[in-house]
Amino acid sequence: MAVYSLKTAKEPPLGERGAVAWIRHNLLSSSFNILFTILSIYILYKILPPLAHWLFLDADFVGDKKSDCGGDGACWIFVFEKLKMFIYGFYPQAELWRANLTIALGGATVLIAALDRSPKALKIITILLLPIVSVVLLSGGYFGLAHVETNAWGGLLLTLVIATVGIVLSFPIGVLFALGRQSKLPIIKTLSVFYIELIRGVPLITVLFMASVVLPLFFPEGIDFDKLIRALIGITLFQAAYVAENVRGGLQAIPKGQYEAADAMGLTYWKSMRLVILPQAIKVAIPNLVGSFISLFKDTSLVMIIGLFDLLSMVKLTANDRDWLGMDTEGFVFVAIVYWIFNFTMSRYSKRLERKLDTNNRD
Amino acid sequence: MQEKKIIESSSQLRDLSEPMIELNGVNKWYGDFHVLKDINLNVGKGEIVVVAGPSGSGKSTMIRCINRLEEYQEGVIKVKNIEVNADVKNLRDIRSNVAMVFQHFNLFPHLSIIDNLTLAPMWVYNKPKKEARDTAMHYLERVNIAEQADKFPNQLSGGQQQRVAIARALCKSPDIMLFDEPTSALDPEMIGEVLDVMISLAKEGKTMVCVTHEMGFARKVADRVIFMDEGQIVEENDPETFFNNPESDRLKLFLEQILAH
Amino acid sequence: MSFLRNEKVRGILYQLITIIGFVVFVFYIAQNTSHNIEARGIKSGLDFMNTTAGFDITETPIAYGHNSTHWDVFKVGLANTLIISFFGIILTTILGLIIGVARLSSNWIISHMAAGYIEIFRNIPILLQILFWYNVVLASMPSVRHSFSFFDSIFINQRGIFIPNPIFEDGSWLIGVGFVAAIIVGWFISRWAKKRHDETGKGFPTIWANLSILILLPLLAYFVAGEPAHLDYPALKGFNFSGGKTFTPEFLALLFALTIYTATFIAEAIRSGIEAVNKGQKEAATALGLTPMQSLKLVVLPQAIRISIPPIINQYLNLAKNSSLAAAVGYPELVTVFAGTSLNITGQALEIIGITMLTYLIISLSVSVLLNWFNNKMKIKER
Repeated sequence: MAVYSLKTAKEPPLGERGAVAWIRHNLLSSSFNILFTILSIYILYKILPPLAHWLFLDADFVGDKKSDCGGDGACWIFVFEKLKMFIYGFYPQAELWRANLTIALGGATVLIAALDRSPKALKIITILLLPIVSVVLLSGGYFGLAHVETNAWGGLLLTLVIATVGIVLSFPIGVLFALGRQSKLPIIKTLSVFYIELIRGVPLITVLFMASVVLPLFFPEGIDFDKLIRALIGITLFQAAYVAENVRGGLQAIPKGQYEAADAMGLTYWKSMRLVILPQAIKVAIPNLVGSFISLFKDTSLVMIIGLFDLLSMVKLTANDRDWLGMDTEGFVFVAIVYWIFNFTMSRYSKRLERKLDTNNRD
Repeated sequence: MQEKKIIESSSQLRDLSEPMIELNGVNKWYGDFHVLKDINLNVGKGEIVVVAGPSGSGKSTMIRCINRLEEYQEGVIKVKNIEVNADVKNLRDIRSNVAMVFQHFNLFPHLSIIDNLTLAPMWVYNKPKKEARDTAMHYLERVNIAEQADKFPNQLSGGQQQRVAIARALCKSPDIMLFDEPTSALDPEMIGEVLDVMISLAKEGKTMVCVTHEMGFARKVADRVIFMDEGQIVEENDPETFFNNPESDRLKLFLEQILAH
Repeated sequence: MSFLRNEKVRGILYQLITIIGFVVFVFYIAQNTSHNIEARGIKSGLDFMNTTAGFDITETPIAYGHNSTHWDVFKVGLANTLIISFFGIILTTILGLIIGVARLSSNWIISHMAAGYIEIFRNIPILLQILFWYNVVLASMPSVRHSFSFFDSIFINQRGIFIPNPIFEDGSWLIGVGFVAAIIVGWFISRWAKKRHDETGKGFPTIWANLSILILLPLLAYFVAGEPAHLDYPALKGFNFSGGKTFTPEFLALLFALTIYTATFIAEAIRSGIEAVNKGQKEAATALGLTPMQSLKLVVLPQAIRISIPPIINQYLNLAKNSSLAAAVGYPELVTVFAGTSLNITGQALEIIGITMLTYLIISLSVSVLLNWFNNKMKIKER
């Protein structure tokens, strides 16, 4: 039998304290680790300083002519001078306010959708209206707005338009195909499966070619398809198949009991889908849906190949200016950064959404 | 030979004033598997019928055929004289009179409790929102859970969720209630609260068909207890006789197994 | 009236309406198309496949000449697609594996470098990466006369990478025999080693043994056959190199971009596979006395693979599909030469794009079938 006096907490030994402990455990815990740490520090040393020099330290930010770019660094003056083209493409100077308004409306819609406090109805209405309003605003011809041909739309503006329209339109179509694939009616199921597997099995470029070259043949001669519309149809139909698979995953995650309960309550097929099943299925599918939307945003760059002047094509177009030859690298880096910012933000938001939805279910 | 006599002799116990549910010669197959064999069952108004039996005996399948969550291939099922078949109008009428309570509650997790209850009244029976909510609150009080009206299903315990499910079933004022093992998924300490609600419903005169393992409930409340095994009704009797004087060997074996603890 | 209320009847009705609508739609399109095709003087049918193509292709793994038909164009394009997919898949798997494992490392610097790599290259469109490699990196390579050279046999310049090309003469079939023999011997050794381990518990360095045999046997065959192969070295003649094997900038840009981009997804698939294996599994393995290598091989990887393989195979498919972006730099794969040049010449867009889509579809579906077979084999048995 022994009685022990109360001990007070002490500090850990020197080698286990603070930054020293962290370095020892994370970087130097084994001989392999030490080797890797040294190797990676060397690699970083070789990459980061030259990169920093080119991007910032030796770069030229001020000026207005190519000759102002003397240094070894990036010539950001080029980007500033050509910024309008990167953002708006060939959109006429006088009507730029319409482009700006459209972008502002887009930003507002995103904000409303991201805020928890906004009522659901408002979120849905703004998301549905955005593509229509944008296209009307930008192309004009109504409400006294001057008409702007779609081949004047370009740069980031065009990329955003294509992505927005693609995302919003592909969603209901994709949901319908997902329901079709789950249907017990064999003909509807077969048609849905055909469509989904066909689209998912081929590269987007072939779908865009199809839309761009073959689609006009499908309709009587009088109907003239705007090049942008063809691209939008191609992108929407392509994306719809991927949305369908994401929603289908959500549908399969819903326990059979939910379908039974909805049935037992007398809800018809469409009512039970709308009120009970789809709200749950889409919630489950959201992480995958955001992932496929991010892919869509990246894929809009392919319209360059069928002759539309999106953000990526601006790299070549701006660099072809006789006064600014050889600025390819700056163009590429700038455009890459823009894409990166959009996509990274979306994926961060998706992770946040995932965490939020997870805690909802955990009580 | 013996078993046929059992079923015939117990027909005097049925309350034939108004047949609510009639199953005549019902047969069902899953592919080649004969899962319901020649089921004959009549349930009168206000009768409480408990269906017992080992798992896989077809009890859940049978009651699911009554509100057409499952389809049968041979025979006739009628609910309040309306035939249960592929006619969508019949289905609508039947499902407005028959409510079901599931083993796993099947509450809609994305809706609040009160919204779970008002869903069917508002969207199937086109009741105005206020009326639906008043009805809903009435039944939530009936099952002693009115204070949880604005919570979500995942925030409630199992016993609370099942009581909400019962309230949801009651909101359409059904004449007939089907219970598919309502307490099997609950922790032991919550079974009592659900059974209490079911007993009070029985006292009100609802017609109830319950698939359950809760033999205490059956003894207390049932008018008739049915034993099903391997897809057929093997024995049917009033609770006293069923539990104390089982006639068939299979029932005797079953009772030994479940009453052993 | 009650006939229409039967839900089975309704189901058939809906399907009938759908199929009639579909057929009408297809009819409408077909009619318009044939009308439009006639009006524009475009031919139809597949006869064009046998007509002379009349244009050159820069990289032709199969024989292709002046008299080659569009059918040959198709074959060359398909071959190039398969070639770049093949090399791309191998390289991206290696790179993805390295990055994926690095991402899981306990070394803070390494895991964050891997994370940085993934976050950067995953969020930039693949087309941009292809163009970047082609227009920026490879264009800034030195001119032919000032090539980077290694050991006087490997040259890197604006026109691509030039390496010695092994030329096999008569008698080199023996080397092939040696290779096949090495595989057979290796298989037997593996079986024997496993049997011995099962019976006596003694281990055997199977992997090292097999690797050395794989190298030594063909080498032995090479010498026995009298060294029937030599290297054709690239040599600078005039404005370009001749001889040796050339990797064009188009090929390289596409290959590097595809590899680097796809590796990010493969790394993530590997990471999620390994992370999905319950921590308790690794603890149990260690408690049993298994070394980290053994617990990896026997406990963690078998479970991680079940989860990782389907998305990895999916990424392989994506790589093959993304190779179609070669059109942007002019690498002559299927879409560029067939759905590009051939289409421009013959104008028969419907047939050509249809054939192209069908080809990709066949590739995708075959891989899907394989994947399903794999998934079914690997399913963890449940009650």
